[in-house]
Amino acid sequence: MKPPPFGYRAPREVGQALADIAAVGEDGKVLAGGQSLIPLLNMRLAAPGTVVDINRVAGLDTLTAGPDGVRVGALTRQARVERSEEAAAVQPLLRQALRLVAHPAIRNRGTVVGSLVHADPAAELPAVLAVLDGSVRLASVADGERDVPAREFFTGPLEVAAGPDDLAVSAFFPALPPRTGTAFHEVSRRHGDFALAGVAAVVTMRADLGLEEARVACAGVGPVPIVVDVTAEAGAGDRAAAAHTVRERIEPEDDVHAGAAYRRHLIGVLTERALAEASRRAADA
Amino acid sequence: MTAKLFGEPVGRREDPRLLTGRGRYLDDLGSGALAAAFVRSPHAHARIRDIDVSGALDIEGLVAVYTFEDLPPRVAEPLPLLIPHPALAHGRTARPLAKGVVRHVGEPVAMVVAHDRYLAEDACALIRVDYEPREPVVDVEKAAEGGPAVHADVPGNVAAHLVQEVPSAAGVPARQMIESAPYTLAFRLDIERSAPMPLEGRGVLARWDLDDRSLRVYSSTQTSTGVRMAIAARLGLPLPSVEVIAPDVGGGFGVKLVHPWPEEVLVPWAAMVLGREVKWAEDRREHFVASSHERGQAQFVRVGFDGEGRVLGLDVTLLHDHGAYTPYGIIVPIVTSTQLLGPYRIGAYRVEFSSVYTNTVQVTPYRGAGRPQGVFCMERTMDRIAAYLDLDRTAVRAANLIQPGEFPYDQRMTFQDGRPLIYDSGDYPESLRMIKELIGWDSFAEFRAAAAADGRRVGIGIGCYVEGTGVGPYEGGHVQVTSDGRVHVSTGLTSQGQGHETVFAQIAAGELGVPLDRVSVVTGDTRRLGYATGTFASRAAVVSGSAIALACRKVREKALRIAAEALEADPADLVVEDGVIRVAGSPGAAIELATVATLANPLRYAFDAEAARATQFAAPGDPDRPPIAEGEEPGLEGRAYYSPLRSTFASGMHAAIVETDPDTAEIKILRYAVVHDCGRLINPMIVEGQIHGGVAQGVGGALYERMAYDSHGQLRNASFMDFLMPYATEIPHIETAHLETPSPLNPLGVKGAGEAGVIPVAAVIAGAVEDAEGIVIDRMPLSPSDLFRLREEAARRR
Repeated sequence: MKPPPFGYRAPREVGQALADIAAVGEDGKVLAGGQSLIPLLNMRLAAPGTVVDINRVAGLDTLTAGPDGVRVGALTRQARVERSEEAAAVQPLLRQALRLVAHPAIRNRGTVVGSLVHADPAAELPAVLAVLDGSVRLASVADGERDVPAREFFTGPLEVAAGPDDLAVSAFFPALPPRTGTAFHEVSRRHGDFALAGVAAVVTMRADLGLEEARVACAGVGPVPIVVDVTAEAGAGDRAAAAHTVRERIEPEDDVHAGAAYRRHLIGVLTERALAEASRRAADA
Repeated sequence: MTAKLFGEPVGRREDPRLLTGRGRYLDDLGSGALAAAFVRSPHAHARIRDIDVSGALDIEGLVAVYTFEDLPPRVAEPLPLLIPHPALAHGRTARPLAKGVVRHVGEPVAMVVAHDRYLAEDACALIRVDYEPREPVVDVEKAAEGGPAVHADVPGNVAAHLVQEVPSAAGVPARQMIESAPYTLAFRLDIERSAPMPLEGRGVLARWDLDDRSLRVYSSTQTSTGVRMAIAARLGLPLPSVEVIAPDVGGGFGVKLVHPWPEEVLVPWAAMVLGREVKWAEDRREHFVASSHERGQAQFVRVGFDGEGRVLGLDVTLLHDHGAYTPYGIIVPIVTSTQLLGPYRIGAYRVEFSSVYTNTVQVTPYRGAGRPQGVFCMERTMDRIAAYLDLDRTAVRAANLIQPGEFPYDQRMTFQDGRPLIYDSGDYPESLRMIKELIGWDSFAEFRAAAAADGRRVGIGIGCYVEGTGVGPYEGGHVQVTSDGRVHVSTGLTSQGQGHETVFAQIAAGELGVPLDRVSVVTGDTRRLGYATGTFASRAAVVSGSAIALACRKVREKALRIAAEALEADPADLVVEDGVIRVAGSPGAAIELATVATLANPLRYAFDAEAARATQFAAPGDPDRPPIAEGEEPGLEGRAYYSPLRSTFASGMHAAIVETDPDTAEIKILRYAVVHDCGRLINPMIVEGQIHGGVAQGVGGALYERMAYDSHGQLRNASFMDFLMPYATEIPHIETAHLETPSPLNPLGVKGAGEAGVIPVAAVIAGAVEDAEGIVIDRMPLSPSDLFRLREEAARRR
């Protein structure tokens, strides 16, 4: 399990990084936290001609939490976001989900943006970005900077709407509206494993504590995070109906860890649990 | 006399070294060695039409590429069948490199040697093997029903078939006993494949000394003497020219007992041919597909019993998945067949097994070595009887237990060492009483009711086992006291983290009357002790421990004789404490053991001041006797071998309380309790550590670990991401209680403890889940997805 030979570039600034990425094009791969890329290299499942290591690029390890939301730079480690009180105050779903991402040692190296770009269908962070309708900021020499909304960003398993010349420089997680609660529930085989199924929920109450909006995103049960609006069902106070709606929308598959029927069942259970918890939090908010 | 060190929870002396990164594992050695890597079959079954190595030849840093055609006949021939058995009619072993046919994914086809492992793997990727795929057979039942032949000359894929009959005391065979029993049950059970999976993979480093024409091999092995003899035979070297050392080994659990592995032959051979140091360190992916697996069995059970649950007749047929080869013979199904009986007296017993070839990784013993399957069978049977008769599960077990007065108890079978299956000692009713008390068996109904009131589902399970430990043929111990007062202990078997440096030192320090810190222990180094068997079958404490104690007793006797002469006292009046020999009751008369060691070696030359005491003019002896008396040897040292008459039988009972989530079908172990009897305890802390590790591995087998082969023979979960060994987060706190029924068979009264923890876990968890769910559990492992499916099936039946 040793990687085949590859070229290596370690730019120091964003401009140089973009130039390097453009220069190597399809044959290149960006290295940030390396928690997915390095094992893929070692197992010879990925064989990029050049690795562009952005770990030394200045200005990418940012974390800003403002009234409109949380922006996370490309080099900001998951552990830092998890521990940030400011980020948790603006967008609590981040911490709720990050605690379920792998293990502390992996979160110390792994980046939030790296997880989004890797786009594993069972990962938590893409579901968080999707349910919050956040965005990823891409940059390239040719096109400059632009924001891609989550619903357009995730295009398939391990596939995102970023071109070979693009560097994902940051991700944006919008702040919660007033009277809103969130929750992330999942079932994994072992503590820290990818979830067999996971549900992120966002529930907003009206001032009279009636339900205004309820949305969930499902992980591990489709090619991309599946966002389902369950306002109608949840508004009628029928979480079982909401669970039923969600179960109908997902596309789970069999794998070595669980059957599709079980995953479909699980999504229903997790939807009810996540909606219940998010509603409680919304009522307390 | 054995001092109080024996039985004390002495801290593990190897831990500071191992826990601070100062261990020396195989890949820490030979930093300048060439690296070997292997081209392995991507097919489960294929004919090799051609191997084209030309693409690899341009790799800079490539040293050599070898295929079957390049090997001399002695190296190329099939690897030894280590344990022949009359019933193993069609034993087959792999060649070091495949000749014409590959029979499982991962089988080595070519070896590359290069300047480093990166280059070696690059070269491997450029070697083109032209395979003609053949239809593989993966499922053991399909293989047994005449699926594609794994070995063309073994039609039907049956390597071995063995029937063992133990009729009733009155001579009635089991099947007849079952027919005439008041009640009968018949059912099927399944256990899936897992693997030993040590954290350190296999590995070999070979150094050929051109000047000396000798070979030194380091191997991450459980038997350095076995590897040494195999290498000498294969490479045609005189045995004294080969030395094999097991460095620190990061776990074995059985897989490293198999020898010689293809790599253990090829790497030393390449080192000789190339005149260079060569190393191969297995990576995890290789380990999954190129070492060994175990556990896979289908079991067909018929049992006849009376109204109290007493088993009158038991008839078990086992379909044992043996993978592609049988290098370790049929030890695993033999152990299943015999140890299935557990602590019970069974009216009449018949057991039949077929060892069946499949196009999968070979099967050799893994911690427990067939016992977890046997115990699963017997304990599930006990639970079924209890359910059928509506009796308490512990009452059915109690009705069948062998009683304390019945030892030695002859199960009238032949055990895995070819010797009679006779239990030496034990107290099973006491064990049952203790486990019920520890887990709170009799008050569980209240716990269940309280949990149910909160909408929670809980269940309790129990499992009992007897484990033959300390098999022969023998181990040796060598003990030398040097003139600095240090005690050097060596034994030939190897260590994989068990704590041998601690327990063997406890034995030696106690026997000799010296402080523990003066004793050092070396294991698995053929330079120190060339005669040994290996570390497996929970045998180190029993066999090496006894040999070391016997060697110490020789040393002590000699020391007392010399001291008695020096002190002009009767040896019977001498005591040894803290490394000093004294005359009892006369405080002034004493001599250091170090001085005795000096005196024991009459010298001509004084290499230091202490040695001067033993020179010819300093200590003139009796002029009428030679300096070394007839029959004596110089030095204060002793060597002894212990060869057990037969195995000694440890036992235990486990119980667990589990909770199953009514919605998600997740299974959580709330409590896990162990009553354990391994005879006299040398170090209770180390025994508990062994139990904890074993239970953790057992939880893996019960709830997490399986080898997910598809029908093409591809292993779909060959990584630690997908082969789920439990983390500490999945293992409950383990409550233990010890019972000590000493073994009458060995000088220390000890029994083995290494495998115990793993043995009954799957049975215990199955019983507990069944109790929680009211759904019959007949296969392991059990995932939440499996439990969900069982619930759906049960709901459809209702």
